[in-house]
Amino acid sequence: MIPEIGQFALILALLLLAVQGTLPLVGASKGISAWMALSRRTAQGAFFFLALAFGCLVYSFIVNDFSVLNVANNSNTKLPLIYRISASWGSHEGSILVWVFMLGLWSCAVSIFSKHLPEEMVARVLGVMGLVSVGLLLFLLLTSNPFDRIFPVPAEGRDLNPLLQDPGMILHPPMLYMGYVGFSVAFAFAIAALLGGRLDATWARWSRPWTTLAWCFLTVGILIGSWWAYYELGWGGWWFWDPVENASLMPWLVGTALIHSLAVTEKRGTFKVWTVLLAICTFSLSLLGTFLVRSGVLTSVHAFATDPKRGMFILTFLAVVIGGSLALFAFRAPKVGTAGTFKILSRESALFANNVLLIVACGTVLLGTLYPLFLDALNLGKISVGPPYFEAVFVPLMVPMIFLMGVSAVTRWKEATLPDLWTRLRWAAVVTLIVAIVLPFILGRTSPKSVALLGLGFGMAFWIITSALAGFFDRAKYVEGSFGAKLTRQPRSFWGMFVAHIGVAVFIIGVTAVKGFEAERDVRMAPGDTVSVGGYTFRFEGTANRDGPNYHATRGTFELSKDGKTIRKLYPEKRMYFAHGMPMTEAAIDSGVFGDRYVSLGEPINDDKQSWSVRVYHKPFVTWIWAGCILMTLGGLLAMFDRRYRVSTRRDTGKPSLPSSDSVKLENA
Amino acid sequence: MKKKLLLMIPLAVFFVLAGFFVVGLDRNPREIPSPLIGKPAPVFSLPDLSDPEKTIASQDFLGQVWLLNVWASWCVSCRSEHPLLVEFAKTGGVPIVGLNYKDKTVDAQLYLRRYGDPYVASAMDADGRVGIDYGVYGSPETFLIDKQGIIRYKQIGPINEKALRETIVPMIKELKQS
Repeated sequence: MIPEIGQFALILALLLLAVQGTLPLVGASKGISAWMALSRRTAQGAFFFLALAFGCLVYSFIVNDFSVLNVANNSNTKLPLIYRISASWGSHEGSILVWVFMLGLWSCAVSIFSKHLPEEMVARVLGVMGLVSVGLLLFLLLTSNPFDRIFPVPAEGRDLNPLLQDPGMILHPPMLYMGYVGFSVAFAFAIAALLGGRLDATWARWSRPWTTLAWCFLTVGILIGSWWAYYELGWGGWWFWDPVENASLMPWLVGTALIHSLAVTEKRGTFKVWTVLLAICTFSLSLLGTFLVRSGVLTSVHAFATDPKRGMFILTFLAVVIGGSLALFAFRAPKVGTAGTFKILSRESALFANNVLLIVACGTVLLGTLYPLFLDALNLGKISVGPPYFEAVFVPLMVPMIFLMGVSAVTRWKEATLPDLWTRLRWAAVVTLIVAIVLPFILGRTSPKSVALLGLGFGMAFWIITSALAGFFDRAKYVEGSFGAKLTRQPRSFWGMFVAHIGVAVFIIGVTAVKGFEAERDVRMAPGDTVSVGGYTFRFEGTANRDGPNYHATRGTFELSKDGKTIRKLYPEKRMYFAHGMPMTEAAIDSGVFGDRYVSLGEPINDDKQSWSVRVYHKPFVTWIWAGCILMTLGGLLAMFDRRYRVSTRRDTGKPSLPSSDSVKLENA
Repeated sequence: MKKKLLLMIPLAVFFVLAGFFVVGLDRNPREIPSPLIGKPAPVFSLPDLSDPEKTIASQDFLGQVWLLNVWASWCVSCRSEHPLLVEFAKTGGVPIVGLNYKDKTVDAQLYLRRYGDPYVASAMDADGRVGIDYGVYGSPETFLIDKQGIIRYKQIGPINEKALRETIVPMIKELKQS
């Protein structure tokens, strides 16, 4: 009964979305306000039914209703409650339902937080989001119905993929999808601007917080995914350039370009066409990511659900959405027009150069991810592109980008001069150079290769930090009063940028330190044996059986110590899940600010001493990689809650079509 | 006019991409028909990974059903199939021979020590010549070879439990009886 209610709710949502995707759009072009007014109500109604459907699916998982195919395939009577709930988005069907549900959530949020927007704009934005939802919901209902029943009802479910039975996997997909789907708001704003021909600084101001929020979700999603790969796959790496990872990195890179380009459009009224294109591309790449993961076009270590028939549907959907919006862009963008001029040496140029670098970086990732597919389609054979390619092309692109990142934060808008720039940045440059040259030797490295690696990495990190500080002191000059006043009188958007950029620096420090100083040992250990790595000693005390709800586990006990002092015990496990018969490695990690101690069990060695092959790692500063991502997210949130978005809200209410003062100045310029 | 053409570029790029996807969808990246199926397995004689002084030759395995698994320490997908291979080596009843493809000796040895060694022996194909003879597209790949040295089955990409249970194990059973 419950699954049927869910299915019925989906159909009702589809009908409402069909209205949301048509009438308001027609109403906006013909000026029929009653039709435009439908957009908010339908969006909220559709969200109600999508939430109901999602609730029904979660309920079916909680009560383990194995007559539902999706539940039978992904749950089990022995599966703990929390994983039964997360299993509802672990499967292909469930994850698409979550996609649509979140699209409904974002639409509903737009319908609530858009009181100050012109009715026409709201109608167009929600209309576009409605059309996208219709496509995905049709995909769900026609090719991957999460509520399909099976008969006879199996007595036991096949259980959730053990790789997904992990705390990280509870949060990773929802966060990632919130990011992917959130970019649909920026996309809808861009399409609305193309349709209405209205694109100015006010438009950028409206779409900016939404875009930043989506970007924050995506950052957190990628962060959790990377962290999960680090401790769950048991290989000690944090990024593998796997096609599925790349699929999430691409919208992130273009989304990063988009939030910076939006800043220019808001502040200077320029880059309009470029911003619109980026908004379309970011969401297109989010859809492409879903297509790549769900269609089976690419093989990957973690492409869990693949089916070519579904692929054809998504591809058609992609062609309509992306092809349609790019065609609209090609024909309507000239009407949007450009305004504002700037010199080669200006903040605009620096931001534009970085935008291009981000796009090129995304292009190389796309090429590397799809290259095997291209070759195959051209009958040139099948190959796979590995991390060496990505590292070889990605790092050289990041170096100029990091350099410009420091420069752009202190460069004047419109026109800057080199002597002025030098005055602002000379201390940052000197400190960076000293750190880059001296630090590797202080840390005891002498081989040219590792000196170069550490010098480059730490140099980039310090360049970001020092130039960000230079940017702060530059601004502080204009604030009267004490240092405290100088700190507090800066707008939140400035602190947002500051924190996010420092986050990038922290991230780079983490990556560099791990690359330069990680140590690992692979050893055979019998109980009582010790192994040392990075100044830490692991003592193997033996193994014991310790079964979980749906698996057998062998748990090893290790005593971690440094300089003879015991720090703590570590318990890595080797698990065998009943339903899948798949051995899983659960690493045990002692995590700290300055590094992780990581131990995982390999295979038992058949000798009379009960030995095991054991892997131990010392990963200095590895947590900084994730801390950096968290700082970037915090920066995004700070910027989003800047006062001017609320102030402008009130100002826009009266005369929505009045361009902001910025763009007026520009057009006069 | 020039500007209009410029604005068309994104659309054009997308259509080229979409064209590739249409072609790509029809192909299963995991299943490529091998022209070698039903043909004698190419002969090789290569140094042994555990002891490069010794050699491993394909003729050593004539008269038994065996698996040839192409792997490399740099190959991420190999790691995903590795636990299954280790398990299967204990219970499968057929020798698994490794073809260590375009790898460095030290890395390969470390890999086996780390993840377990399912192979009766691993042949070092450092320059990938034997890989070319076998039409290897990328690792991992697995060949099932019968008593007469004829290739009977080829798995492209990692072996999964389903392929093992539903295809490889029944074929091994059949080939062993013939």
